[in-house]
Formats: sequence, C-alpha cells, structure tokens
Amino acid sequence: MIELLRVAMALAGKDLRVELRSRIALHSSVIFAAMVLVIFNFARDPGQVSKEALSPSVLWVTVAFAGVIALNRSFTLERENAAMDGLLLAPVSRSAIFLGKYLANLAFVGMVEAVTLPLFVLFFGVDLRGSRGGLIGLLALATTGFVAVGTVLSAVAVRTRFAELMLPVLLLPFLLPPVLVAAQATTRLLAGRPAGEIVGWFRFLALYDLAFLTLGLMLFPALLDE
Amino acid sequence: MATVGDAERLIRRGLALSALGLAGLSAVYVLALRFTPVERWQGLAQKVFYLHAPAAWSALLAFSLVGVASAVYLWIRDPRLDRFAESSAEVGIAFSCVMLTTGPIWARPIWGTWWQWEPRLTLSLLLFFLFLGYRALRTTLGDPAERARYSAVVGIMALVLVPFIHLSVYLFRTIHPQPIVLKPSAPSLPSEMLRTLLFSFGVFTVLYLGFVTTRYGLALRRELSGGDDA
Repeated sequence: MIELLRVAMALAGKDLRVELRSRIALHSSVIFAAMVLVIFNFARDPGQVSKEALSPSVLWVTVAFAGVIALNRSFTLERENAAMDGLLLAPVSRSAIFLGKYLANLAFVGMVEAVTLPLFVLFFGVDLRGSRGGLIGLLALATTGFVAVGTVLSAVAVRTRFAELMLPVLLLPFLLPPVLVAAQATTRLLAGRPAGEIVGWFRFLALYDLAFLTLGLMLFPALLDE
Repeated sequence: MATVGDAERLIRRGLALSALGLAGLSAVYVLALRFTPVERWQGLAQKVFYLHAPAAWSALLAFSLVGVASAVYLWIRDPRLDRFAESSAEVGIAFSCVMLTTGPIWARPIWGTWWQWEPRLTLSLLLFFLFLGYRALRTTLGDPAERARYSAVVGIMALVLVPFIHLSVYLFRTIHPQPIVLKPSAPSLPSEMLRTLLFSFGVFTVLYLGFVTTRYGLALRRELSGGDDA
C-alpha cells in the first residue's frame, strides 16, 4: 500500500515536472477557461438574465470544459517517443500507474480551477462571504470524481485515431451527474441556504467519487494488458 | 473454432427470427388499432404506447446486456462476449431511435410539448449518447484484442453511470406516466390493453434477439473472412 502510493507520487511528480517545464498545456487550459467565462457573459441578454442567476451554470460548465481540455494531455504525453512502453516495462503495479496519472491530473485540473475561481468571482461579481469554504469543498469533491473517470477515458481515447475528439464524446455523459449536482449545490450555497439543504448534494458527489475511483483502480489495469 | 458456415447459419437464424418479429409487429398494429379500446382521455395518441414502451424495454435490455457482457469479458476474455456486446450496443441504438421518436409523437398532443427535461427522457437520451460514443470508440480502434478490452471498460463504466444519472436527474419534477404494469399493486390497465402491451413486449424481445443474432453472425463472418478493418 505504501509502495503503491510511493510509486504513484513519483509518477505524478514526473508528469507535473514535465508540465511545469513547458507550461504550454497549463497556460492554454487557463486561457481557455477564462475565455469561456468571457463568452458566457456576452452570450446572454443582460436585461433578461442577470449575472447572478447564470453564475452557477457558468462556473460548472467552465470547469467541465476546462477539465476535458486538461485531461486530453494526460496520455498524449506518454504517446510521444513511445514513453508508455517504458512505463509499462517498469516493475510497478498497473494500479500505481493509474493512481499516479490520476494524482497528476487532479493537481493539473486543480491548478486550472485555482485560477478559474477567482476570475469567476471577479467577472460575475459573486459574493463569496460565507460560502467560500463550501464552494471550494464542492469543487474538490466534484473534481475528485470526474478526474477519475477522465483518467480512465483519456487512456482509452489516446489509442484511437481521433483522441482529442473521442475524449469529450466519451466523457461528457459522465460529467452530467457531477455538473448537475454541483450547479444545484452552488445555487444554494450562493443564496446562503442552510447546510441541511446542501449536505445531500455533497453526499451524492462523495458516492460518485467513491464509485468511479474504485472502478478506475479496478478497470485501468485491463487497459494496459498486452 | 467457428467457421464461415457457423456465421452463415447464425445470420440465417437471426433473419428468420427477425422476420418472425416483424410479422409479430404487424400483428401488434392490428391488435392495437382494431381490437384494443381507445383510451378515454388520450384518444388515439395513446396507441403509440404499444410501440414506445416495448422499444424502450428492448433498448434498455440491449444496453444492460452490453454492460454485463463487458464485465464478464474482462473476467474470462471470451471473444464471443465482445462480439455480443458490439452487436447488442448497435441494436440498442436502433431501438433507442424508435423510443426517442415515438416518445415526442405522443408527448406533443398529451404534454403539449415535444420534449421535456424529465428524468426518464434525460436518462434515455444520455444512454443513447453514451452508446453512440461507445460505437464510435469501437470503430476507431484497430486492433481487435485492444478494441475488446477498451470497449469493455467503457461498457462497464456506462453501466455504473446509469444509476447516477437517474438519481441526479430525478431531482427535477417528473411528469412521465408512472409505471402501470410493473408496480407493487395489480396492473391498472384494462385487460385488452394489457394484452396488447404484453404481446408487443414479447414481439420486441423477439426482434431484439433476431437483430442481435443477425448482427453477431455478420460480425463473425467479417472476422473470419479477414475483413475486420473497422
């Protein structure tokens, strides 16, 4: 178990180091997220739809789309110079490879969200007093689950001829439950509703995380069999 | 080892079964329009129900079996299960099309709108998208063994996703007709209507079996003749 985590951390560290050296993917994902926020603001009639009413949807659609963009790079990284073969030859368990990739993706998507959230607050004039902790917890909980699904599916998509197209096609149906639930919870958080009304949504997300993390750990080794 | 002869036999059997199903389908039309009373409030629109509900049943059966076959495939790695999952997914997509077109035809006069973001509709639409993605994935993976493993993983994940989609979209108020046959109390349907409906369920199950057998035979024949370029 400790060995599994150690290998996973080493692998995640490697991915993040590669990423932080060029920062191309990180920059593009952040710019993408910022542009989605801007476009959302102008894709509404300000007389009909207030920024406040639209803001939970804006946040979650942006997070979901930026997540898809960010996850696309996870395994394309290993495709170059057949780096995946090197990874497979290493005497480590396949679950550790999944966990390492997962942690790197989690950190990467987390970084994109860390920039998106303040921009969202700025652009949409959201008042976070009293809901900051809840919203960050919600982001963490939703991201934990969809990155697990995304890590498996990006490993699947990368072997196809149209990896960049295949990932969103496969992943978006899986994003519906967390996005729907998180947007509902955000609406209530921002409106300052009592915690009792929101806790159910958090439980749903926790269940989703548990299901797909377990499934990822179990199914991912099957992808790597030769 | 399966031979081309086996594949041809399966295709013939599948086509015969499909023909039987299609004959049954004509019988459903006659039975529903001629020998089943018109519903008091919904009028003729209710007749769609005899096609819609059984088509939905066949689609869900098809998709569930893809998930089950995928799980068992990863366990015992029998290529027949993969071929079955491929066939069942495609047939499920076809039945989904019937379900998703007959639904709005009924909904327009009864609900006053073609489409409604209601739990069961949303779930069936998402399932349709999921399996379109599943099919797209299969066509873009070249190596048969890899294709089998990868699509099995996606098939299992899709099966696990279903309760999550259902639970999350259920938060929206439902206006879909509630179950009237499979429910704890006795079916609340006049016996003639129930008879037509059950008959139609049987016919659609036969159609499903016929289509899947044919499609399975075709996949087998393509593999054996080496034309498996996908």
